[in-house]
Amino acid sequence: MCGIIGMLNKDGKRIDGSLIAEGLSLMDERGNGQGAGYAAYGIYPDFKEYYALHVFLDNLKEAKVDVEQEIERWGYIVYSEEIPTSEKGTIEGEKIPYRYFFKPDPRKLLGREYNEQDAIVEMVMRINAKRSGALVFSSGKNMGIFKASAWPEDVARFYKIKKYKGYMWLGHNRYPTNTPGWWGGAHPFGLLDWSVVHNGEITSYGTNKRYVESFGYNCTMLTDTEVVTYLFDHLIRKHQLPLGLTGNALAPKFWNEIDALNPNVRGVQTALRLTYSAAAMNGPFAIVVANTNGFIALTDRIKLRPLVVGNKDRTVYVSSEEAAIRAMEPSLDRIYNPLAGEPVVHQLEGHVQ
Amino acid sequence: MIENMEHKDAKQIDAKGKDYRTLNKEIRESVNDGINYITVKNVLGQRFIADGIKNRTLRISIFGVAGGDLGAFMDGPTIYVRGNAEHAPGNTMSSGTIIVDGDAGDCVGHSMRGGKIFVKGSVGYRVGIHMKQFQERFPTIIIGGSAYSFLGEYMAGGIIVVLGQNCTKPVGSYVGTGIHGGTIYVAGVVDDNDLGVAASKKEFTDEDRSIVSALIDEYNQHFDSSISIDELTFTKIQPSSKRPFSNLYTMEG
Repeated sequence: MCGIIGMLNKDGKRIDGSLIAEGLSLMDERGNGQGAGYAAYGIYPDFKEYYALHVFLDNLKEAKVDVEQEIERWGYIVYSEEIPTSEKGTIEGEKIPYRYFFKPDPRKLLGREYNEQDAIVEMVMRINAKRSGALVFSSGKNMGIFKASAWPEDVARFYKIKKYKGYMWLGHNRYPTNTPGWWGGAHPFGLLDWSVVHNGEITSYGTNKRYVESFGYNCTMLTDTEVVTYLFDHLIRKHQLPLGLTGNALAPKFWNEIDALNPNVRGVQTALRLTYSAAAMNGPFAIVVANTNGFIALTDRIKLRPLVVGNKDRTVYVSSEEAAIRAMEPSLDRIYNPLAGEPVVHQLEGHVQ
Repeated sequence: MIENMEHKDAKQIDAKGKDYRTLNKEIRESVNDGINYITVKNVLGQRFIADGIKNRTLRISIFGVAGGDLGAFMDGPTIYVRGNAEHAPGNTMSSGTIIVDGDAGDCVGHSMRGGKIFVKGSVGYRVGIHMKQFQERFPTIIIGGSAYSFLGEYMAGGIIVVLGQNCTKPVGSYVGTGIHGGTIYVAGVVDDNDLGVAASKKEFTDEDRSIVSALIDEYNQHFDSSISIDELTFTKIQPSSKRPFSNLYTMEG
């Protein structure tokens, strides 16, 4: 059991993180204090041209030197600092959250066949696979992930989350069941501007892991959710599938449901199931996956984990529980439970304010 | 019923900002003090309200969103929710009544053993999963709107009625998957493809009509509505045979 939550203002209006923290904290029973986190979009307008790398450092000596050497092999750091936190030493297994605003340098990428985003992915994978005391857990532009092994309200206070203003927020409260609770295992998981929060289990993790590893991704966070991030990056950024169809590929319909579809749609769904059989996620899950443009929320096809969606004017909310949404917005225009496996997609329509 | 729920001398409890332990402790202490009418305001997702309380005269009114496992294991009380209920209200309840003047989430009446649950609006997935009957214990769930898939999953006893008001499709798919006892009545058509393994349609008899009619009367009283059985056509769903899974675990039959 875990708690997931998200909100998006479609006009790009930014609000601070205290609201999402309040909603998430209402679902404390869904976690056990061993992991919580937030993803925020639109928080670094002054550095929006640069990749914001959030890194857990074991120390400010070798680990820092080591990761900076690696980063500078790929480009240059325009600004760096310790992520401001409070109450140092109060969270178990504490790491030092550090951030780098980074620009890849095309001259340093000479001879490589890939584009800038591929370079970032490879750099992150290399740093995390080395396990040398530094772990990159957020690597998008104008967004950032903040997480730790603690309760939602403690993580919010630790990172002073109310000082950040974002047009979209995701949050997660973890109850680790099959894998250890630690800072790197807290959600959201991120890569480029993707962030993922997840309640449930990906029982197809082994198959999915082999699938993404064959395309150069490395699973290093010791938990299943990480693979969801790479599946979305691969299907959407590399294969350029639309969000909704990606949802169908990852939570495919049953064959008897596909057989009952209108012939025009049946072909697409059949092709998705056949093409992405190794990417399809099995097991009980509810996830919210976001990038700069918006989010998709999705459950497994027989709804073994809850998901509630609500909206008020131009703001959309999604959560494991209705009460958490009402804690953020008491007077909603609509609130409902989406159907199992039905991708709920909401996109930013305005400009970030 | 509704008048009873908001008794003028009801003990008032404000749930605002309270965690579920504090709130439930307050309710339990009131019950131990002999209080029969309790009104709880500003409920926002607090779980386990009135769990395990054994008391046939207790009436609790809840204003707000009742959290998961409302009235779980309870034996006797009547709970009236002015708002929605989250997952599994009436989980394994033995007797009493839960009335939800709104929608309810997944697994309403999970493993319910007796008593009645009325939901005015719609409900989520797996409603009535594992509900069962034994001797004088007989659970009943009445839903005014629609129910999502896996209604009455592994059902072993009792009755589920879906009235299908204000919706395009009264039930989802896999209705009665694994059912081996009890009856599901759905107002409207249930496609054969939407029946789960072991579920089959049976003739809706006069006896069924009188059972459902009495339950609709009770529903109308609770929600001040005027639904008439004469305007509805029911599909009756029961296990396909007395022992639909007899070959699954044993060699006999």
